[in-house]
Amino acid sequence: MDFGVVFGGVRVDILSSMPLTVHTAFRRLVSEIGTVDAVGVEERVAKYATRSIKKRAKLFGLKLAVSMLDLTTLEGKDTPGKMTSLCRKAVRPHDDPDIPPVAAVCVYPAMVRHARRALGADTPVRIASVATAFPSGQMPLKTRLGEVRTAVADGADEIDMVVNRGAFLAGEFARVQDEIAAVLEACGDATLKVILETSELETYDSIRAVSFLAMRVLRPGDFIKTSTGKTSANATLGNNQVMLEAIRDFYLETGTPIGMKPAGGIRTAKQALQFLVAVKETLGDAWLTNARYRFGASSLLNDLLRQIEKEKTGAYQAPYYFSEAAESY
Amino acid sequence: MPTLQEKKPTRPTRRSNGRPARELIFGDLWEYDPAPETADPKLKARYELFINGGFVAPRSGQYFDSINPANEQKLAELALGGAADVDAAYQAAARAFDAGWGRMPGRERGKFLYRVARLLQDRAREFAVAETMDNGKPIKETRDFDVPMAAAHFFYHGGWADKLDYVAPGRRLAPLGVVGQVIPWNFPLLMLSWKIAPALAAGNCVVIKPATNTSITAVKLAEIFQDAGLPPGVVNVITGPGATGGILMAHPMAAKIAFTGSTEVGKVIMRSVAGSDKRMTMELGGKAANIVFDDAPIDQAVEGIVNGIFFNQGQVCCAGSRLLVHEPVAGLVVAKLKQRLRVLRVGDPLDKNTDIGAIVSRAQLETIQRYLDIGVKEGAEMWQPPCRLPARGFFMPPTIFTGVTQSHCIAREEIFGPVLSILTFRTIDEAIEKANNTAYGLSAGVWTDKGSRILKMSTELKAGVVWANTFNKFDPASPFGGYKESGFGREGGRQGLLDYGRLV
Repeated sequence: MDFGVVFGGVRVDILSSMPLTVHTAFRRLVSEIGTVDAVGVEERVAKYATRSIKKRAKLFGLKLAVSMLDLTTLEGKDTPGKMTSLCRKAVRPHDDPDIPPVAAVCVYPAMVRHARRALGADTPVRIASVATAFPSGQMPLKTRLGEVRTAVADGADEIDMVVNRGAFLAGEFARVQDEIAAVLEACGDATLKVILETSELETYDSIRAVSFLAMRVLRPGDFIKTSTGKTSANATLGNNQVMLEAIRDFYLETGTPIGMKPAGGIRTAKQALQFLVAVKETLGDAWLTNARYRFGASSLLNDLLRQIEKEKTGAYQAPYYFSEAAESY
Repeated sequence: MPTLQEKKPTRPTRRSNGRPARELIFGDLWEYDPAPETADPKLKARYELFINGGFVAPRSGQYFDSINPANEQKLAELALGGAADVDAAYQAAARAFDAGWGRMPGRERGKFLYRVARLLQDRAREFAVAETMDNGKPIKETRDFDVPMAAAHFFYHGGWADKLDYVAPGRRLAPLGVVGQVIPWNFPLLMLSWKIAPALAAGNCVVIKPATNTSITAVKLAEIFQDAGLPPGVVNVITGPGATGGILMAHPMAAKIAFTGSTEVGKVIMRSVAGSDKRMTMELGGKAANIVFDDAPIDQAVEGIVNGIFFNQGQVCCAGSRLLVHEPVAGLVVAKLKQRLRVLRVGDPLDKNTDIGAIVSRAQLETIQRYLDIGVKEGAEMWQPPCRLPARGFFMPPTIFTGVTQSHCIAREEIFGPVLSILTFRTIDEAIEKANNTAYGLSAGVWTDKGSRILKMSTELKAGVVWANTFNKFDPASPFGGYKESGFGREGGRQGLLDYGRLV
């Protein structure tokens, strides 16, 4: 059979320019890890939203969510001053001493040293840095690895890398995994979170596939993460569920526990509780800890605090009782 | 750059037998607090019969108790209707039919149906709580399914009322007269709506008997008929024991009878009307096959299996009570199913977080228990998730049987409870043969990623409805009914409407 076409007078055989394995790679991977039915997933997660979390259970969930927060600022206008403000909020979210510090601050690599200066060496709050040419990842690997090494050297405890979506969509799975492995090496002891950017993968099948590609390279305690927050669609209960199920299947098969971080679009305490219900009912108690589950968010924090104080006092407090230190202005 | 090959030794090695290496912990780290629905069900201490537009005492002067199956406490007293009451109801219905309900322009009749639907929506929470207390099903089901679907049936058939002249080319649909209806206890309000809405839309008048155990929402709906200004006698509700239902079905004034319930009772009714010219529709039992192929989306299939057999505690005629699973994925499906069942919440039906509520009655609970004993004695392996059942009330944990074959009693007889029998198959033909190897044929489910296989299965399976990659989906516009001993006639859609009239 002839699959040749003529471009500008030059005859090119399309098939021979792509190795056959590229065409079958996705099929092979999916038949290995199984498919996802979108309608079914959305039906399942709709049930999480009908769970009614009251009283002590609500307070527990809200405080848990605070402790799982990666308090994030990722803006061109971030400054050392903003870092000081963000870090103080992270350590002491509210005047109420009962409220725990958040899990981490999440900042650009250039801001890591300022965050480290603000937090000091002895702090419960970890520093996470997005790296690898966040959010697109479209830079030479060498540049991306350099970024990771700089962030770690400046004091980052965790690295949030973006996966090479272009390579995945082109079927170059080995490249996707090799790059993650390279970043992992550059991380040293730092925890790695692999951002799938679910909105660019589009289908639940692809989200599950990339989750597995990443998890097969990661160490126990590393994370997979939904999104950068820089595209139109972010974390949803649907893609959260697909990734939680991937983590569960991988754990039961290999014994390697991988963490999960939904990011972007989670602004209210109610949403956060729904995500936690999904964790409780899919992965169980062992994932209800900030070592295995995080929220990437900023404005979520004050809504959590507002709801916690409401549960404790029975009334909503005026907004000026909560310090505004994480928001964008 | 390190390659995958170099990374490999640092990763834990896979278990070669494919079995889960670890267990997940579904403990009490984050236990949900009780979240009871607090809306007032507005129950009366005593409910009378609804005949000729008014609430009247039964001729017998007798009443019986309706209890809450979740705590065995009395909810209300219901009138014990007998032959004389049934006859009064038929007389009233015949008068209402002759007085003009049957001749009323469809657009006018439609207004009554819309009014009933809207009034039911207005009082949705009240009806949901009443239904949950009377039947034992979880509030999330009555709130999100039973009551909204009941209203949807009135809305849908309200839309048909003024279009009967166009339902078939060149012909119109004329009413039959008075129809007698007997409904079961598993979806009390919803079955009532399935029966009444199309009958009224076509211009018939109705005498209906709700199930003995679950009559409260039927007489509450009669209050709505009054509020909606429905002409007296158009709908009559007779409460009472099963024998009263037999009298109602056999009454000579019934132009048509419609029954939903067990195949056993359906056969008795059919014998009782033999030789008469009554029209009949029967919606009877089921033993549906839910068929999972190896290429199915497994997590969603598991969700569909759970929805198929544990919805309404499995007391559903179209429940997916036989799971047919492709041998290559049988182990995986059962393992995932067990995981899923561990997070189902069994308990107080009024708690908004309850997934599985109470069984409708002690008698039904005992029937289910008897089938569990039979299953174990037959050598099937029973499994139930660890769960704490309330001290009082009729509760049954979700139960699965593995190692079931076609010859097991629990694979052949309808159990009508939260009990799943799991069988395996090797080829498509085997799946079809096993699925059809039953006296029933109400519903079936197929789970596969292959579209052509879905089309083939839907042609080959002898079932009134075949769900593809989903289960227990209902819509007023979709006809529902059975093959073989699951009955005949359809409910819902144009087909269901046609069963309530004559084309002239």
